[in-house]
Amino acid sequence: MTNRIPLTLKINGEEKTFLAAPEINLLRLLRDNYYWDVKCGCEEGECGTCTVLLDGVAVKSCLTLAHNCAGHEIWTNKGLGYNDEITAKLQAAFVECGSIQCGFCTPGMIVAAKHYLQQGGKADRQAIRKAISGNLCRCTGYKKIIDAIYKVAAELEGGGR
Amino acid sequence: MVLQENLNFRMVGTRVPRHDAAAKAKGEQMYSDDRDMPGMLYGKVLRSAYPAAILKGVDTSKAKALPGVHAVLTAKDVPVNQDISKFGQMRDVGGGFEGLYKVLADGKIRAKSEAIALVAAETEEIAEEACRLIEVDYDVQPGVFDPRIAILGTKGMPDNGYGWSAVDCINKPESKDVYLVSSEDDSNVIMRTKVENGDLEAAWKQCDVIVENDYYTSPHDHAYLETEGGIGWMDDDGVITLRVGTQVLEHYRTIAKVLGLPHTKVRNIGVLVGGGFGGKEDITVETYIALLVQATRRPVKMVWSREESLECHSKRHPEYLHYKTGATKDGKIIAQDVSIVMDGGCYTYCTPWVQMYSTINGPGCYAIPNVRCQSISTFTNNTFSSANRGFGVPQTNFCYERQMDELAAKLGMSPYEIRKKNVMKNGDPQHTGFVTQGHVALDELVDTVWQKLNATPKPEYLPDGRKVGRGIACGMMSYGRLCFLHDSSRVALRIELDGSITLRAGVPDIGGGQGSVLAQICAEEFGLPISDVHPFVMDTHLTPLCGTTTATRQLYMSGNACLEAVKPLKAALARKAAEIIKAEYWPPRSEPGYEWEPDVENILGQLEFHDRKIYYAPDPQKAVDFKTVVAHVSNEQGELFNEGQFNAPAIEVPDLSNIKGQILPDMTYTAHGVEVAVDEETGEYEVLRVIAAIDCGKAINRNSCEGQVEGGAIYNLGWLREDLCWRDGVTKANKFSTYLIPTSADVPDVETVLIESRGGVGPYGAKGVGEPADNSITPATVNAINDAIGVSFHTTTIRPEDILFALKKK
Repeated sequence: MTNRIPLTLKINGEEKTFLAAPEINLLRLLRDNYYWDVKCGCEEGECGTCTVLLDGVAVKSCLTLAHNCAGHEIWTNKGLGYNDEITAKLQAAFVECGSIQCGFCTPGMIVAAKHYLQQGGKADRQAIRKAISGNLCRCTGYKKIIDAIYKVAAELEGGGR
Repeated sequence: MVLQENLNFRMVGTRVPRHDAAAKAKGEQMYSDDRDMPGMLYGKVLRSAYPAAILKGVDTSKAKALPGVHAVLTAKDVPVNQDISKFGQMRDVGGGFEGLYKVLADGKIRAKSEAIALVAAETEEIAEEACRLIEVDYDVQPGVFDPRIAILGTKGMPDNGYGWSAVDCINKPESKDVYLVSSEDDSNVIMRTKVENGDLEAAWKQCDVIVENDYYTSPHDHAYLETEGGIGWMDDDGVITLRVGTQVLEHYRTIAKVLGLPHTKVRNIGVLVGGGFGGKEDITVETYIALLVQATRRPVKMVWSREESLECHSKRHPEYLHYKTGATKDGKIIAQDVSIVMDGGCYTYCTPWVQMYSTINGPGCYAIPNVRCQSISTFTNNTFSSANRGFGVPQTNFCYERQMDELAAKLGMSPYEIRKKNVMKNGDPQHTGFVTQGHVALDELVDTVWQKLNATPKPEYLPDGRKVGRGIACGMMSYGRLCFLHDSSRVALRIELDGSITLRAGVPDIGGGQGSVLAQICAEEFGLPISDVHPFVMDTHLTPLCGTTTATRQLYMSGNACLEAVKPLKAALARKAAEIIKAEYWPPRSEPGYEWEPDVENILGQLEFHDRKIYYAPDPQKAVDFKTVVAHVSNEQGELFNEGQFNAPAIEVPDLSNIKGQILPDMTYTAHGVEVAVDEETGEYEVLRVIAAIDCGKAINRNSCEGQVEGGAIYNLGWLREDLCWRDGVTKANKFSTYLIPTSADVPDVETVLIESRGGVGPYGAKGVGEPADNSITPATVNAINDAIGVSFHTTTIRPEDILFALKKK
C-alpha cells in the first residue's frame, strides 16, 4: 500500500482536503468521497460517464490524476445543478424531452453539454452530435439527448445570452 | 382481432416525464455501485486462465494467509454448487429446457470466464492480490470453439472457407470424435427442435426461382454502461439481503438454494438498473456476494470491471444458418427451408428458450404454405450465450430479410413489391399454426417505410463521390414469455387517506420506464397527476412479484395486473361518489322544485375520474373531490387496498419434434428503412437515414415508446460494427476502446413512426416494443449496402475491410 498524501481542491464550490494515494485518479477520489453522481463505466476514458468540469473544462475524471488537480476547481453534474443556470436548464430539458432511460450516462452527458453551451455552442444538431461524441449512451440512440441540448441552446440564443 | 374501445385518455399516450427522471437528471439516483456500508468488504472473482482445462486442484493457502483477507471460497465451500437453471418462472418445465447451473468450477473448466474462487477482503487491492496468490493446477485441454465442430468434428469438413453447413449439422449423425465441453454430459448437443408445415419436396418442384445461402451471425454484447454490481449484507434476523442491479428479482430462490437456505432467508432488493438488454437476466454477482456474506457475516460489495463484464456475461448466440427459399415467377413465396446451428457457449442458461424463438421465427413474417425450420444448439468453450435484446430473433430476421432481397433481384421485382406480396396479414397463422389475436400491421408498416424512404429520388452518388444505397426490411417478434411457462404478474395498490396512491410492484426497472408506466396507468384510471402515485418497486420481501423484466413482458403483464388491481378499488370509489353526488346535487323528493332524480346506478354508469375529482359526465358541475370519496370509503369500509394478478395464456410444453400451437401471447411488427453512403475507395460506410416504424398498439408513454424504437434501432445497427474478436475462447475486444459501440457522431437521428392499431393484448391494446424494436434494422442496413455496391453480405459483421475485399472479388 502506498502512502497517502494530503490533497486540497475545490469540489462543487467547497474547499476539501483528502488523504489520497499518489496514483489515484480523480474518478476514484470523487467516488471514494461519495460524489456518486460521477459514474464509472470503463475507467479508460471511452464511455464519458465520469465527465466533470475541471476549471470549467469537461474532462474524463478517470484519465485525470487526482493530485494534478490540487488547488483546482471541480464541478460535478449534481453540484452544477444547484448552482448553475445552464445545467439546471439542461437537467430540466433532459427530463422533459425523454432523454433519460437508464440514466447512467446522464450526469456525464449533462456536464459535456454544459461545457458545449458554456463555450457558446449553438442550436446545431451536427455540432451537438460532435460535442457529446465522447459520451456513450446505449439506451436512447442519442436523438432525444440531442433534442434536449438543442432546446436549451435555442433558448439561450433566443434570450440573447 | 379485438380492437379495444376508444377511450378519452388524459394521461395515457402523453409524454409525461417518468417519476424517476428528475432524480436521474440531477445525479441523485443511486445505482448498484452507489452504496457503501460500515464494515464492508470487497469481493473479487478468480476466473480461469484457459477456456478449456481440467481443474486438478486449487491451493488457497497463500491467499488466505494474506492480511486483510476474510474469505477465500472454492467449489467445495459452496453448500449447493450445482443447480438446475431457472429464469424466474415458477413452473418446472423440465425436458431440455433447464440446464446445469454451476456456481464455481469443478471438473472440467468450460470457458475462460468461468469462476474458480471467490475472495472477500478489506480493500479491493487486497482482494485482487489474494486472487493472484491462489494457485490453480490446470490440465489444459484443446477445447472446441465452433459449434459445428462441436457436433461433427473436423473429419471430412468441407474446405470451402465456410466449413460445415448448418444442413450438415442437422442431418449428419453426431461425431463421437469431438472434444466434450462438459464433464457431466456425453454429447455437446443441448437441444434439437423443429417447426414444419406443408410439403416442401412437392413445393420445390413448383418454384420458378430458388435462393439458397449459408449465413453467420456474430456474438453481440449488451454493453450497458453500468457494469454488474451490488452489495449484500446479513440482517439481524439472519436474512441475507442483496441490493443489486438485476432484471430478475426471482433469482432469490436460486441464491437461497445455493446457500442451503429457505427461500424466505434471501431478500433481493433491486436498484434501478444502468441498462440490461438481457445481460442482467442471468445471475451475475448475486450468488458470489451472497456466498461471501454468508462466509464472513460482513457486508460485501462486488462490482465488475468493464473487462470482466465484457468477458464474463452472456452474449447473443452466434448462429450458423442455411436458408433455401423458393418462389413462383409472380413473386409468391411457396417454400422455405431453414437450418440453424446455435453456439450456446459453456453452459445452458437460456439457450433452449432462445432456440425456441429462433426456430418458430425462422421462416419469418411471411405467409408461406410450405416451411421447415430445424435447429440444433451445442456447448462450446466460448463465453455462454443467453438473452440479448431480440432473444434469437435478430439472427433469423437478418437472414430471411436478406433472402427476400436476393429473391426480389432474381425475379426482377423491387424489395417493396416482394414484401407486399408475401407479408402475413390478419388471420394468417404463425408457422406453428396459431392465429394471433393481435393486429398484424406489416402491410401498413412496409407501405409507410417505403414511401418515407423514397420520398425523394435516390441519387446514385453523393457530391463527395460516395455511392448511395437504400434498403428496407420488416420483422416480427413476440412480447410476453413462452406460454408453457404459465407467466403471471401482480401489482398492489393502496389509496392513502389524502388521496395519493402507493403502488407496490416487484418490477425491475432497467431504463425502459417499467416502473413509471404502472404509475401512469394508475394515474389515468383514477384521474390523478402522475405525481400522486408513488411506485415502490423491486423488493422481494415487500413487493408482489411481477416476474422478470425480460421478453418485452412488463408493460403487457404488469400493466394488465395494474388494471386488475385498479378495478375493485375504482368500483368502490365510484359507488360512493355516486351516492355523494346524488345526495349533494339532487334534493330529496319532498323539497320544492323537484323534477327528476337519477338513481345511484344511473349516476354510476356516467362517472369520470379526472383532475383529482369524480365527475357526473352529463353535467360536470356535479362533482366530488377524489380525496373526499377516499375519506368516506376508508372511514366506512376500511383500507383501500388491493393486489391484482394477471395471468398470461397457458399451454403445456409443446412437442419439440414439431412445435405447434400458441407458443407466445402475441407478436409486434416492425419495418425499417435505411439509406447508406459507401466509400468504394476505403470501404467505409455511413448510415445517412434510419426510418423505424412499429405498431406499438397504443403508446402509453410516447417518449418511452419512441425511446425504445430509437434506442433499439441504434442498438442493432451497432451489431454490424461491434466485434468481440473471439479467438479460441478468448474475448480480445474486452474494453470500450476495442469493442466499439455507436457514438452520437456515428448515427443519424432515427425517424420514428408509431402506428397505434390498439390491436395488442396489453393494457389499452398496447403491444410490447423493447425487443421487437431492434430486429429489422440490421437486414435493412445490409440490404442498403447491397443496393449501393451490389455486394450481398451473409454475415452480420461488416467492417470497412469486408466491403473492400468484397469489392475486389466482385
